[in-house]
Amino acid sequence: MLRMTLTTTTALALLMTSASVTTAFGQTITLWAGDTGTGGEIFAELAEQFEAENPGVDVVVEEVSYQTLVESLPVQLEAGEGPDIAIITDLGGLSRFYADITDSVDADYFEQEWGQTLGWLRGGDTETTAIFGMPTTLTVNGGYVNLTLFEQAGVPVPEEGATWEEWAEATRQVAEATGTEFPMEMDRSGHRFASLAISYGAELVDEAGNPVVDDGLKAAIEQFVTWHQDGTMPMDLWGAVGGATHRELFSDFLNADTVMYFGGSWTLAQMDTEVGDLFDWAVIPAPCGPSSCTVMPGGGAMTVFSHSQNPDIAGQLIDFYARPENLDYYISNEVEIPSAVSQIENGVEYPSASERTSEALATFIAQIPKMDDAAYRFQGWRYQRAMMNAMTTRISQVLNNELTVDEALVRIEEDVNLAIQAGG
Amino acid sequence: MSARSQFAAATGTIAALPARLIEPLMYGLQRLVGIKRMPWVFLIPNLTAVVLFALLPVFINIFYSVSGSDRLFPWDRPLIGGANYATLFDCGNYLDPSTCSRDLFWRALGNTTVFVPIQVTVMIGVALITALCLNREIRGRGFFRGIFFFPVMLSPVVVALMWQWILQRNGALNGLMGAVGLTPVNWLVFPNTAFFWSVFITVWAHMGFYTIILLAGLQAIPRDVYEAARMDSASPWRSFTKITLPLLKPVLLVVFILAVIRSVQTFDELYVLTGGGPGSATMLMVQYIYEVGFASQPRNFGLAAAASLLLGLALLIFTAIQMRISRGGAND
Amino acid sequence: MTDLGVVKTGSSIGAFITRRRGRKKLDWTDWLTYVYLLLGLVIMFTPVLWVVVSSFKTPANLTEFPPTLLPYAAETVIVEGHDAPLPLFDVTTEEGETVRLAQLRRVGINAQMIDPANPEERLTIPVENAQPVRQIYLAGENYTNLLSSTGGMIWRYVFNSLFITIVATIITLIMNSMAAFALSKYRFRGSNMALVAILATLMIPATVVLVPTYMIVAQLGLVGNLWGVILPTVATPTGVFLLRQYMLTIPDELIEAARMDHASEWRIFWRIILPLSAPALAVVAIFSILSRWNDFLLPLVVLTRRESYTLQLALASFSTEYGIRYDLLLAMTTLTALPLAFAFIFLQRYITSGIASTGIK
Repeated sequence: MLRMTLTTTTALALLMTSASVTTAFGQTITLWAGDTGTGGEIFAELAEQFEAENPGVDVVVEEVSYQTLVESLPVQLEAGEGPDIAIITDLGGLSRFYADITDSVDADYFEQEWGQTLGWLRGGDTETTAIFGMPTTLTVNGGYVNLTLFEQAGVPVPEEGATWEEWAEATRQVAEATGTEFPMEMDRSGHRFASLAISYGAELVDEAGNPVVDDGLKAAIEQFVTWHQDGTMPMDLWGAVGGATHRELFSDFLNADTVMYFGGSWTLAQMDTEVGDLFDWAVIPAPCGPSSCTVMPGGGAMTVFSHSQNPDIAGQLIDFYARPENLDYYISNEVEIPSAVSQIENGVEYPSASERTSEALATFIAQIPKMDDAAYRFQGWRYQRAMMNAMTTRISQVLNNELTVDEALVRIEEDVNLAIQAGG
Repeated sequence: MSARSQFAAATGTIAALPARLIEPLMYGLQRLVGIKRMPWVFLIPNLTAVVLFALLPVFINIFYSVSGSDRLFPWDRPLIGGANYATLFDCGNYLDPSTCSRDLFWRALGNTTVFVPIQVTVMIGVALITALCLNREIRGRGFFRGIFFFPVMLSPVVVALMWQWILQRNGALNGLMGAVGLTPVNWLVFPNTAFFWSVFITVWAHMGFYTIILLAGLQAIPRDVYEAARMDSASPWRSFTKITLPLLKPVLLVVFILAVIRSVQTFDELYVLTGGGPGSATMLMVQYIYEVGFASQPRNFGLAAAASLLLGLALLIFTAIQMRISRGGAND
Repeated sequence: MTDLGVVKTGSSIGAFITRRRGRKKLDWTDWLTYVYLLLGLVIMFTPVLWVVVSSFKTPANLTEFPPTLLPYAAETVIVEGHDAPLPLFDVTTEEGETVRLAQLRRVGINAQMIDPANPEERLTIPVENAQPVRQIYLAGENYTNLLSSTGGMIWRYVFNSLFITIVATIITLIMNSMAAFALSKYRFRGSNMALVAILATLMIPATVVLVPTYMIVAQLGLVGNLWGVILPTVATPTGVFLLRQYMLTIPDELIEAARMDHASEWRIFWRIILPLSAPALAVVAIFSILSRWNDFLLPLVVLTRRESYTLQLALASFSTEYGIRYDLLLAMTTLTALPLAFAFIFLQRYITSGIASTGIK
């Protein structure tokens, strides 16, 4: 009996070592980057210099799918597995797993450049001044409009400061005049909807970190439902898909099937290649609600995880990436909005972007100062994802007459409270 | 027949190689433990895997269901008793899911109880008709068998993405309908059509599997029974109901149980195709469990486990009833 | 004379179709069978065929509505003074003539065009008067892009998928048949319990126990390791069930005779029972190959590094947060389904004869 167990174990062990792909020598730092845009390419390129400066350190940049980052990374972190560093988007939700890198980085420089976003990484803990990572890029939600369609319809493009209703009315007229399929579309994403909700006065989360379901949110949902009922927005996205599934149809904008598409700054990179000169387009300033003209900020951050064997070196690597010249190099190649204060103030050159894309970037950046405090608070909230999932799920139910708006509001609050209970 | 013996011979030759090494070892083991305990030696590898990767997870799930927090390891989780079950059963009125705190749990349960009987009935009906057709003396039998089995080989993700692409607003089906003068329909936007396609696509993807099993069962029925029936000039319908069905009953039972179990477990295809929508029209239990326990942040393992154990209980009761009925049938 | 010829071919085709083994004439049930099978052929196979054809379409052609039956691409021409090739259009002029022009740029309802023969003069043409000149074009670049966009990693994915499929199937076959042998050829205490324990796992959806399974895999240190996907899947209850049912039909006398010859139990299993169970093993092997090759959720959680991705994970990663790359996706779908199609054509006859002889009762 014993002999068999021994041989099997040895055989298994031998097989496993031969199949395993890891090489855990010395100081290897693994960094995960999502595989969108340029992925981890630029970080890998920069890491070579870091390796040269720090002999014996091996930086392995791995590109993983977005789904891996959102769905399996958190479970791995729970199990004490996963990479040393990752570029993540759920800044507040994963805060439990971050390593404090205050001592490995230039803390004053970090505070000065990213004061506000550093708070998002602290998951609502306002006491601490610890630094948990470096925000990489800033993303901004926003609407893309097809200017050519406006021109053909002879409808004037609403000016800066126009309300959501005015935009809806204008795009409806354009769609009717030009025979375009839909006036407006919005990603099926709680994050996109939050832009509308906050403009309508929704607070979403209070100072103490409790969900807020108020009249602003109710007004926003009611407006949103009306648009789906009167055909301003297609049912394909918010109506047809269920649960918390993220879905987008930006291809509708690329194919000129919709007059306006509410998405975000990350699709800019594909505009030059996909639209070309098929039609004229622009990014519009944040549409206004009764309360404010706000779009949601977003973005990624590079963080070190507490299970890392070499948190100090990982921290130094992040400090290396945070150097102004490296940051500029990354942002301009990625055609993204910078997150560091000095970069926002001085501007970044984008040699690869077309004129139209550069203008659009400028419009996106111009929205940053207009953002409501509620938007920043919501973005840094640990239970933001729970609230966003609750909003997508419940709004879809309202659109399909499974719940009334009032019932949906009650459910959203219950959903988030249940999540807080589970997370606490 | 010759193909089969060829295959057997080939397997024999391959098997002979490592056998040289294992044989003396296993013989020594037999001397050591005695012949009486040998069945356990044969069982242990499989049982270990079953215990480690099937039974242990179920026990961990039971523990999850009575403990809170989003921690993965059981020892990090505080016990909270029946709170998760209480949350699931927190309803204003048990007849209206909209009044339940976890209304999606009840809707998913309701959808599953509608989906499973419909899908299984259609599945077995279509598979049986197909198997009957393929069992006839017709030309191109092997070709048709291949055609009907092909979708079984596609991964659920591929099946879902493929059909989503065909059914979308500007998809091939609407293109075809426009070409023949019909009004295009936005198939996945309406609860009823989305539900229809959920059944259709899962049957499309899996019926080949059941067809092959039923076909095998049909081929095991001796030809001379039919010859005798033809002598008595029995109608095709009569020979089907009086000969085929009774003789096929054991195979049909296996097919039925497998189909029900797999139907209840339907997840990947619909998750990719509709995400459970529109609203929650196609959300089934397994997706609900996945979303609560895995796709949410923070992950509510406890609530997901409680829901999964309730689902398991329902399945267990169903199987017990099924066994009782089939045993009763055998006594007739 | 010609009439006669037509009749002759007609009747011979009819005779060919209506000819059947055994009897000479088709009755109505045969016609019904053919109608049903042809309908089935259309429903089962057109979607697959559509995917294969579409995998050769350019991204622009893919987003067209209504979709074109065959892959088309715009015909282009190189005009002096313009670096990029310009797409050609057939333009109906006001006089009703049709001229072939090259398009420079399109702004909404109007397009700027030039005559390739006279590149100096620019014309403004309403888009509705212009029809793109197109030709059938097989976009093989979908496949080459697939190879380059995965950075040559695709062979790694193929290797990983093959490794998991083959190793898991071999282990499944050996372990399941050992267990089936014990449960069919021995009477011992606890055998019923073991059988029930194994079969009960049939009812546990893998999705539902995903989290605890992942935890166990993590505790064994197998995250990111191909073995982390292989080990949890090897003890298939259906395999044990099918093999046990089959082994029950093997006469016990064979075993008794071997014991008389002092064969060890293992030798009996390996040399007598296993070769005799070949048809059932083939069935279990096919099911194991199919499910391991198509596995998705467990690999998604366990195999997190790109170099340990399977083909299915790579396939899913074409559908990212930023939309679905249908051109790559369709090419990849065709590629992942092909090996299985070949495996099926090769093993097809074993499936039915195998299941038939397992004597499911």
